[in-house]
Amino acid sequence: MAINNPNLPNFSPAVESQGGIGTAPVSHVAHGHGEHDEHEHHDQHWMWKYVFSQDHKQIAKQFLITGMLWAIIGGLLSSLFRLQLGWPEGTMEWLKPVLGHWVEAGKLNPEFYLALVTMHGTIMVFFVLTAGLSGTFSNFLIPLQVGARDMASGFMNMLSYWFFFLSSVVMFASLFLETGPAAAGWTIYPPLSALPQAIPGSGMGMTMWLVSMALFIVSQLLGGVNYVTTVINLRTRGMSMSKLPLTIWAFFLTAILGILSFPVLFSAALLLIFDRSFGTSFFLSDIYIAGQALPNQGGSPVLFQHLFWFLGHPEVYIVIMPAMGMVSEVLATNARKPIFGYRAMIGSLIGISLLSFVVWAHHMFVTGMNPFLGSVFMFLTLIIAVPSGVKVFNWLATLWRGNIRFTAAMLFAIGFVSLFISGGLTGIILGNATLDIQMHNTYFVVAHFHLVMGSSAFFGLFAGVYHWFPKMFGRMMDEKLGYIHFWLTFAGVYLVFMPMHYVGIAGFPRRYYAWTGFDAFSQFADMNKFISVAAILAFFAQFIFIINFFYSIFRGRRATENPWNSTTLEWTTPIEPGHGNWPGEIPAVYRWPYDYSKPGSEADFIPQTVPYSQTQSSNLPYEKDMGE
Amino acid sequence: MTPETLSEKEIGLGWHPKRVLLILLIFSIVMMFAAFTSGYIVRQDEGNWREFDLPVSLLLNTLVIALSSAAMQWAWYSAKKDEISRVKMGLGLTLALGVAFLFGQVHSWGDLVDGRTYFGGADANPSGSFLYVLMGVHAFHLVTGLVFVAVILSRTFGYQVHSRAMLGIGNATLYWHFLGGLWLYLYLFLLLNH
Repeated sequence: MAINNPNLPNFSPAVESQGGIGTAPVSHVAHGHGEHDEHEHHDQHWMWKYVFSQDHKQIAKQFLITGMLWAIIGGLLSSLFRLQLGWPEGTMEWLKPVLGHWVEAGKLNPEFYLALVTMHGTIMVFFVLTAGLSGTFSNFLIPLQVGARDMASGFMNMLSYWFFFLSSVVMFASLFLETGPAAAGWTIYPPLSALPQAIPGSGMGMTMWLVSMALFIVSQLLGGVNYVTTVINLRTRGMSMSKLPLTIWAFFLTAILGILSFPVLFSAALLLIFDRSFGTSFFLSDIYIAGQALPNQGGSPVLFQHLFWFLGHPEVYIVIMPAMGMVSEVLATNARKPIFGYRAMIGSLIGISLLSFVVWAHHMFVTGMNPFLGSVFMFLTLIIAVPSGVKVFNWLATLWRGNIRFTAAMLFAIGFVSLFISGGLTGIILGNATLDIQMHNTYFVVAHFHLVMGSSAFFGLFAGVYHWFPKMFGRMMDEKLGYIHFWLTFAGVYLVFMPMHYVGIAGFPRRYYAWTGFDAFSQFADMNKFISVAAILAFFAQFIFIINFFYSIFRGRRATENPWNSTTLEWTTPIEPGHGNWPGEIPAVYRWPYDYSKPGSEADFIPQTVPYSQTQSSNLPYEKDMGE
Repeated sequence: MTPETLSEKEIGLGWHPKRVLLILLIFSIVMMFAAFTSGYIVRQDEGNWREFDLPVSLLLNTLVIALSSAAMQWAWYSAKKDEISRVKMGLGLTLALGVAFLFGQVHSWGDLVDGRTYFGGADANPSGSFLYVLMGVHAFHLVTGLVFVAVILSRTFGYQVHSRAMLGIGNATLYWHFLGGLWLYLYLFLLLNH
């Protein structure tokens, strides 16, 4: 299949070389074993091809499908607690065959309710929107769009998936514990999470949560260092950093955020493990439980919150930035226009990345922090509106007077922009310490982050899957089903989260199992029912996508090499690229990735691989002499 | 992966991909210790902090790890000059001193317990718990460093480490110096805040 140019000295970056780049290869690795390698790929055992694959495309599919399974589980859990919230007086007896002892006398066990919200948050934030989104698309697109055969270390990349898989197994197993999975909220604040005797969910469920997250962090680090190295070292000729598609910039910065923030969560989790099992008192002090004084002295639960949110805040950008990158790409391609403000888009991504590390305490305005410190964090938090505003403006300006093609991916990309605006506006409210103290722990917060980072990241994920599905599986997804999926989901998301803002402003609290004991909230009974119906319908609408996805893998219309007439490198590969991505040499890159509808050009797109010497009619004055 | 010459690529930072991978992993370790030591300071500021005395044996351990770094540097330098037997000696010395450092740390833990500084239990204070965590997590990373150096030593016996194959030993040297520097930071940090 692939024929390496025999005149080129061959050695893989993974083979030990002499420590420098561009120096002459030493003899023992330079005997051109390229053909030999290819030969091995054909004969390899199916297990190495499909299970322990080191091919980034295969690993991406593994991440995607694992992420989809987790999304179904996470969605099901939310449907369960929405049933409880919508009909707190209703009977759950019909769920007894599934939930067993978690339904007692027709009522959902309150502790199980806490476990449901905890696991919903954990699963969605980490397993779906971190591993499933950035794991899938960083893996799939980075080598293809920068022009590399594979990741810098295919082996570490494979380990990254399998650590994620192990972490998934542990978390999944914890769902079936007799005492239930972790139930202290996805933020696992001590002392609740640190004391096994506090609630059933703080026992074995919490231990497994911590083990699972430790494995997950290892997976993220192995993946992240690989993504960054690949972007730094393995770009093809001509692909300077200022010619990278915005997807790659987003994945690159996301991976850097992960490398810098996940170790801090690891530290916090390690200290929590010591508190739980080894008798230390990092986060525990002066606690009486069931009338008994605990021996722990001198700990600080707020310290845990600092450590947690130092990861936790960058984490929400780890979730949203890959979606931003993919949306930029999908919008430009389908509006047939260059992305508006390419450099401003990169600058705002960098700005968001830097700011994400200095705003964490806005999650902690109610911990009794010094008001001066609070105002510093408030100021920094509100500054995030600037790069976010730049991005939104540029997306809208990209659409402005574009020749828009409403593909399913495009609809989801536009939906992303809509959700990001709606959810971002309430971020300005919550970023103000004085307002946040009022809104804290109400459904207003829940509505805010579900719109701005939960749903919009999902929309980015859907846009990515619809857009890159032809390159992943060589077939097209069904567009009509895509439209139905989009409109049901788009309407569903707004119908769920808009009313939630109203109940939140009225003070309706988060994490309450039942609100029927409070007269003040009984007026919201109908609204809660409405939210629950919308949420459950929106959840079941996702099965349209799942059916479409799996049906199209096997029976979809066959794709062409470049079905969207896109400019970036992945569309220059064969319809189903093999391991190594390009059968011959990797193409060189001459221009930026957004030459759509360039005046003077016959085609409405010019791929990055076309030199300026071939496009004399459309060259701008300064491009005339850029030649080859 | 189909072989591809790095010279066909855009110039990155001028480092080999494996070097970049290692540097990024070092950054993640730095962030972990940044979390521990900043948590230490925040916690110390809140009061109810029992001061502890650093055992003198820690100073000895610090000297041992500094010597091991010197041995590692000598091994690297010898590899550059193709003096393979000295490379073996240098790497062997590094391993021996690294193991000695670990034993020294365990010995210091004994001294700490004798001085009534405990990791957990009713008599423990977060100050002591932090101390053990810092030393323990550092020791864990030092074990990974020992494995790395041992792998390079075994490669040296296979004539795979020489002046034109410096990447592996260069990375091992970088990692080992990082671990030594990390300990020096922790030691000074503990001397200044205890």
